[in-house]
Amino acid sequence: MAETATKDMNVQVVEDKVTSPWKEALRTFLRSKSAVAGTVIVLFFILVALFAPIIAPEGINEQKLGDPSTHLVPPSSEFWFGTDEFGRDIFSRVVWGAQISLTVGFGAVVLSAVLGSFLGIIAGYYGRWVDTIISRFFDILLAFPSILLAIAIVSILGSSLQNALIAIAIVNVPNFGRLIRSKVLSVKEEEYITAAKAIGMKDSRILLRHILPNSFAPVIVQGTLAIATAIIEAAALSFLGLGAEPPQPEWGKMLADARIYLMNAPWTMIFPGLAIMLTVLGFNLMGDGLRDALDPKMKN
Amino acid sequence: MTNVLLKVEQLKKHFPKKKKGFSKTTDVVKAVDGVSFEVYEGETLGIVGESGCGKSTTGRMIMRLLEPTDGKIYFNGIELTSLSKSEMRKARRDLQMVFQDPYASLNPRHTVEQILEEPLIVHGIGNKSVRKEMVKEFLQIVGLNSYHAKRYPHQFSGGQRQRIGIARALMTNPKLIIADEPVSALDVSIQAQVLNLMKRLQEDLKLTYIFIAHDLGVVRHISDRVGVMYLGRLVELAECESLYEEPLHPYTKVLLSSVPIPDPTYQKEQILIQGDVAESLPKNGCLFQQRCPFATEACKTIVPELKEVKPGHSVACHLYDEPQQ
Repeated sequence: MAETATKDMNVQVVEDKVTSPWKEALRTFLRSKSAVAGTVIVLFFILVALFAPIIAPEGINEQKLGDPSTHLVPPSSEFWFGTDEFGRDIFSRVVWGAQISLTVGFGAVVLSAVLGSFLGIIAGYYGRWVDTIISRFFDILLAFPSILLAIAIVSILGSSLQNALIAIAIVNVPNFGRLIRSKVLSVKEEEYITAAKAIGMKDSRILLRHILPNSFAPVIVQGTLAIATAIIEAAALSFLGLGAEPPQPEWGKMLADARIYLMNAPWTMIFPGLAIMLTVLGFNLMGDGLRDALDPKMKN
Repeated sequence: MTNVLLKVEQLKKHFPKKKKGFSKTTDVVKAVDGVSFEVYEGETLGIVGESGCGKSTTGRMIMRLLEPTDGKIYFNGIELTSLSKSEMRKARRDLQMVFQDPYASLNPRHTVEQILEEPLIVHGIGNKSVRKEMVKEFLQIVGLNSYHAKRYPHQFSGGQRQRIGIARALMTNPKLIIADEPVSALDVSIQAQVLNLMKRLQEDLKLTYIFIAHDLGVVRHISDRVGVMYLGRLVELAECESLYEEPLHPYTKVLLSSVPIPDPTYQKEQILIQGDVAESLPKNGCLFQQRCPFATEACKTIVPELKEVKPGHSVACHLYDEPQQ
């Protein structure tokens, strides 16, 4: 009896001490104030996007054309962020816009991270001519200024928000690809990879179970930071008229449309601009925190 | 009757050197150059030599983690170098390896349970509950506890990690284990524990070891027979006691005289050799000729073959073939 009791106690103590590398990273992450602030901002915008139908007092395109007195109204208790030239409530449009911007940001980054990781891991693991082909492909993509390349891709595909997302994803592929390739190059020399081969594992299992999990931390960091750039790029494309179509309340599109009212109705521009800035700031702070937590060596 | 479990014939590994300029001829580094030996079932063959002599390369070639440039490896009647990639993967069930650095050879993101279960999954042994039981069983066999299964490698000490590495090698019930410097990264006190564990496992599980190390004392402790390598060649191969008591090859003599003896009053006859491991290796003859105090003309022209000069004691040196000529 006594023996089993002590045994159980041992197990209890041991269970408490078990920490996975991910849990430890989470602890480091939560210790950083700016990372937590960033996460709060990001979560705030995610909630706004999710609950847009509840939060927004009006739809995205509710115009009051018949009543000129509601056009370009400055912020007031009725219209928190004012109205635009068609009498649409800017607060509602910014809230709805969170959906679009976050979808484009996440979508583009997930797409490019998946594509980039796949290419990068193959290039890094197999090396030789496979690596040469994939790396040169990355170099070609990187040779163009990213926004120019995105414009070119959108012009080929036709301008729409979905194509803007695809364009941004393609432009970001080499960033992820190179990142994971370099990580795979170092991880594949580790002795536990040799050990995996010695056990008799197939390449696919080694890649998925051993190399990928040990190479993925920088991708998460890069991904968070890339969401910020993707949102800006989407806004830029929409600003140029290559992304969102009217009446979609994309933040960059709103900025573009408000350009001519800058002098007499600045609120049309300030609030979408602030929304972009805050979201990007949030993702950047969160990304920095993740970098410190997951990959201390990346700090420079 | 002792059966030959592994037979290595004229194993070679040549690494190409970086090309210089536009010259088309590529120089090669002969990391392993024509090594032949046999390993009998149930024995421990120690392989010793200084850094860079090719002992680890030999071990890795037997596992085919490195492709041999030339030579044959017969394991249990199968010629390993001719197997396809997937056939070789299956053959690795009987042929496992223990690595030098217990901090690097375990995946930091897997729990001990995942690490130990993986060889079973890969070779399709048992179902989930059987595998979990086996993990617990093997943890106990190597002197750990079953509650260690849920922990991550970084929560263990070096000695414990090496026990995990050994357990992983044992999971598939292999016939031959190649241990590549398994204790050289450990503290001396832990070394003895791990060595004794390996000895005990050998008796219990009828294992055969190839034990690669640079520490002569460790090799003497565990080996039945010992092979001495120098610059990619096997220069001497003998029963453990006979090699340590009566080394024949001049290099082995030098190597053994370099072992410190824990007795301050002991005056040993120190054999000193000149020079370092040669920068430019001799093109012909014995590779040890430049440093050997007994080098003759024959050593400069003829490559000495590994020959049995006494029962069970082979040496590759011209000093021992003159009487017969």
